[in-house]
Amino acid sequence: MVRRTEAVGWALVGGVLVAFAVPWFLWGSGQIAFGLPLWLWWHIGWMGLAAMTFRAFTRRAWGVGVETGPVDAGSGSTDADTDTEPAEPKASVRAEAGGEH
Amino acid sequence: MAGVGLQLGIVGSYLLIALAIGLVAYRLTSNTAEDYYLADRTLGTVVLLFTTFATLLSAFTFFAGPNVAYSAGPEWILVMGLMDGVLFAVLWYVLGYKQWLVGRAQGYVTLGEMLGDRFGSRALRGVVAAISLFWLFPYVMLQQQGAGVAISGLTNGAIPYWVGAGAITLFMILYVAISGMRGVAWTDTLQGIFMLVLIWGATAWVLAAVGGPTEATRQLLASDPDFLTLGGGLYTPEYVLSTAISIAFGVTMFPQINQRFFVARSKKVLQRSFALWPVLVLLLFVPAFMLGTWARGLGVSVPEGGNVVPALLNAYTPGWFAALVIAGAMAAMMSSSDSMLLSGSSYFTRDLYRPFIDSEGAREDLFARIGVAVFAILTFVASLFRPGTLIEIGDTAFGGFAQLALPVIVALYWSGTTRNGMFAGVLGSQAFYLAGVFVPAVPSAYGGWSASVIGMLLGLLLTLGVSALTSPATEENERVYSEGLRAD
Repeated sequence: MVRRTEAVGWALVGGVLVAFAVPWFLWGSGQIAFGLPLWLWWHIGWMGLAAMTFRAFTRRAWGVGVETGPVDAGSGSTDADTDTEPAEPKASVRAEAGGEH
Repeated sequence: MAGVGLQLGIVGSYLLIALAIGLVAYRLTSNTAEDYYLADRTLGTVVLLFTTFATLLSAFTFFAGPNVAYSAGPEWILVMGLMDGVLFAVLWYVLGYKQWLVGRAQGYVTLGEMLGDRFGSRALRGVVAAISLFWLFPYVMLQQQGAGVAISGLTNGAIPYWVGAGAITLFMILYVAISGMRGVAWTDTLQGIFMLVLIWGATAWVLAAVGGPTEATRQLLASDPDFLTLGGGLYTPEYVLSTAISIAFGVTMFPQINQRFFVARSKKVLQRSFALWPVLVLLLFVPAFMLGTWARGLGVSVPEGGNVVPALLNAYTPGWFAALVIAGAMAAMMSSSDSMLLSGSSYFTRDLYRPFIDSEGAREDLFARIGVAVFAILTFVASLFRPGTLIEIGDTAFGGFAQLALPVIVALYWSGTTRNGMFAGVLGSQAFYLAGVFVPAVPSAYGGWSASVIGMLLGLLLTLGVSALTSPATEENERVYSEGLRAD
């Protein structure tokens, strides 16, 4: 169930990233700052935020909602994700260890 | 005309470098279909990122996109950011990572193969490949046409259109047929980096001449005070959303993009590419589209049917630089087309020719190479005649591919999906969208929302509804997409 909550949480985060990539609250605004429209600065900042969020996601939660355990399929889909739980820390530790910089 | 020799020299050198890279890649490619199409699933981060990126970018980045910014304002930057920076990245994970896992576990090379196996249906495999080729063919043709126009424009007609388009076609056949995915990916990387450097070089050059972005913007607002206001004219919220959603989903089903979901070497490669998407999109499209926008305030006049970026560069930079940018645009077209040729050929050989016509046949990698040449020659011939219907199909291709995305996502994540549900979702949404494009009596937009987005919704409902109402056929194997999918 933890994985399920995690998946919903990340889906919400993704939804927010999608929703405000366009600064709807600046619709009709023509304000300029440092030679570019204010709405463009928002967008640039938001894309930066999106990249950082994606990076955090790849480190903490990659696989959530997509990977499935070896034996869960067919045996009731609602708890299908729970089987992957014990393996997950291992996977992310390995991912960290394998990260080259 | 003195500059023409230099300009052709620059474009020609570029083509030769691409060919040389293809030859090096060929030496590393073995004679299996998996290696030819997928570089044995061994692409690393930089190469995967740039090959996907360069493939995404057609001539739109250099020509059509800045033209839109010039005439309607820079809001397309937002469409691009939402579409390629965020939505596509999310789909990269939801669709791409899943397909990578499934493909690695089962050895799939194409989308049709993946679906046909799961639903035990050769017909579904063929239908998906046929739909994909239907939308792909004219799109490749448009790229060749763009190259022909660009070369004949660069040389003021000294090199006729058909020679330009033909030369590009020939070069692509040579290096794609020779080297397969590995060569395509390497040249794409070169092309992607080349494009990034050029667009920033062009922006720096023009801004230095004008006196910086503040001055460029001041001049623009002096002549056109509302031009940078968000929204208005072409840009309604419905337009921005429809365009971004339809293209983002469409991109994932373009054969050359979808096939790239199968080629990453490791999970790590997919992860790194995923996090870099928004950054790359910003780096490329903000300067490209702002150039088009600023050109309006700088009084650059664009010839009828011409493009704003070359006009701007001709006014502010020396001739050799403008030629480099034409070479960059050529790179953009070729990096899209070469990948499309390769993927188109694999869809045809694996999902149509082999299953339906000749299951034995010659060695597959050999056959695939012939497929590339045939596909390229056919699109080249079509580009000589430029039939209106094909141009219309090419222009609406993103929407057509977008119709496939939701049924595929449903199939990947819901084991209750049935073969009948897939047929209903795939064929129903295609019929709806095609009618919207080609039948004048059928509307192409609904209250500001494009037929493409409505069709996607219809496809989703049909897939879910018909799957719920029908039971799976005995040949279906609903566990293919859900069992034992872990990266380690």
